[in-house]
Amino acid sequence: MNLAPRTLVLLALLVFLAVVPAMAAAFNQPFYLDLFRRIMIFAIAALSLNLILGYGGLVSFGHAAYLGIGAYAVGVLNYYGIDNGFLQWGIAIGASALAALVIGAVSIRTSGIAFIMITLAFTQMLYYLGTSIAEYGGDDGMRLTRLSQFDGLIDLANPSAFYYLVLGLLCLFLWLGHRLVNSRFGLVIRASKSNEARIRAIGISPYPYRLAAFVIAGAVCGLAGALLVNHTAYMTPEFMNWTRSGELMFIVILGGIATTSGPVLGAFVLLLLEDMLSGSGFLPRWVNDHWQFYLGIFLILVVLYARRGLAGLLRGGKDG
Amino acid sequence: MAEALLEVAGLRKAFGALRATDGVDFEVHEGETHAVIGPNGAGKTTFIKQLSGELRPDAGTIRFAGEDITGQPWHRRSRRGLARSFQITSIYRDFSALDNVALAVQAHAGHSFHFWHAARDDRSLTDPAMQILERIGLHNRKDVLAANLSHGEQRQLEIAMVLASRPRLMLLDEPVAGMGTDESQRMIELLAGLKGEKTVVLVEHDMDAVFSLADRISVLVYGRIIATGTPAEIRANAEVRSAYLGEDL
Repeated sequence: MNLAPRTLVLLALLVFLAVVPAMAAAFNQPFYLDLFRRIMIFAIAALSLNLILGYGGLVSFGHAAYLGIGAYAVGVLNYYGIDNGFLQWGIAIGASALAALVIGAVSIRTSGIAFIMITLAFTQMLYYLGTSIAEYGGDDGMRLTRLSQFDGLIDLANPSAFYYLVLGLLCLFLWLGHRLVNSRFGLVIRASKSNEARIRAIGISPYPYRLAAFVIAGAVCGLAGALLVNHTAYMTPEFMNWTRSGELMFIVILGGIATTSGPVLGAFVLLLLEDMLSGSGFLPRWVNDHWQFYLGIFLILVVLYARRGLAGLLRGGKDG
Repeated sequence: MAEALLEVAGLRKAFGALRATDGVDFEVHEGETHAVIGPNGAGKTTFIKQLSGELRPDAGTIRFAGEDITGQPWHRRSRRGLARSFQITSIYRDFSALDNVALAVQAHAGHSFHFWHAARDDRSLTDPAMQILERIGLHNRKDVLAANLSHGEQRQLEIAMVLASRPRLMLLDEPVAGMGTDESQRMIELLAGLKGEKTVVLVEHDMDAVFSLADRISVLVYGRIIATGTPAEIRANAEVRSAYLGEDL
């Protein structure tokens, strides 16, 4: 088989992710299990955003909303003593899809700056709603008393089991996403991005397809939210903060929009850099103390000199 | 005479004080190539946009195949068989030539809520697309990204996409605009090959193209049609001559 460099790098990353638990155990560094699990959860959230932002050209500045809804679905049910994971995650996905349907139905009628501002406004509404409900911890959020329970099928309290579940889901969504963007649906989404007038002229109204993509992206990100709240064992409105939406956008852009491997590359590089700069012991204190500043310099350089993102530096296959 | 395929009556469209379409009556019969000519600013593009559905007229009716389509949106008209090409080349630049045409085939093959099978391996889309590329003479360039095609080839691809939507009526907006002599000659031959088989409304500046292709010509000046007739009648029309201020017709 003749694989493009981009595909090879993605496969190498996935193989590396598969051996992380064994290596973390061998070097007695359980922290790395935690770090890479977090990276994979953000990669799932970012690949859902990539579907609409990268392939669909819908620059949503509110994708953290679904991360938050997924997390709150799990956290609030836990608060009322409902720990069934199938139910919690099902509701996380369903509620996110529903919210995406409502937000999308309104926002997709607009474009450009208006679209960005509307998606941001909806997410800020949800964020302030989260901070204002004292029952669920308000600003502070609340701790999960128990992680999602799956009837003995899988125990999330076992770090490697949870890790491999997240890795499995990441691989699943990478594959599903690849199928989706090359299907008839995917081509319509991509075509509406590059030339909206033409798609109407050949007889397709892009609206229902864009809305469907928006709902799919919301649902997948809702699941990422359910994973994230189990990962931190803590639910907080910070999951929905606009800076989080910005971070997801940055992962997508850094990795390379409209590529399969981009969100994974972006999540890897951004979160590893954050970790390294903010104090992993590799770098001097004066870097650690002002790490956001150095991260900012890196991000500016990427946007200026690698305009198609990290994946853009590697030759891709025919289908990206 | 049989009912016209396209029947426009009393069409009006104003932008502020500018009456871009000022009471146009217009008919296109099945199988004919009907050219719309006129000096710059005569309202040709505004007119064609109302036919395609991009602009909503202020007054008047548009009937297509016996049905009132005045209020129908753009994409629905396209599905009924009224397809347009654009004055400014409007293709998917980051898709291959074949993908461009296959997408137009797909648009007329039912809804596109198919999430699973790879569209590019779907013979029911790529086979008809290949046939059209062969007819247009672009089959050797099928895998080239549209952005990398020459200007003339891009214009041909544009026509291929219109054909792929199996139109009953093609609205062609300046298909030879910006072309060199050789390229425009090839395009004229291409369009001549469609004559009789497809009904065409041709908006064009290039008089060689108009007089070699059109069965009938309508002349639009300041939003009004001042004359309609065969090429010979139009050549002889005094009012048309004065509108073009002595330009050679």
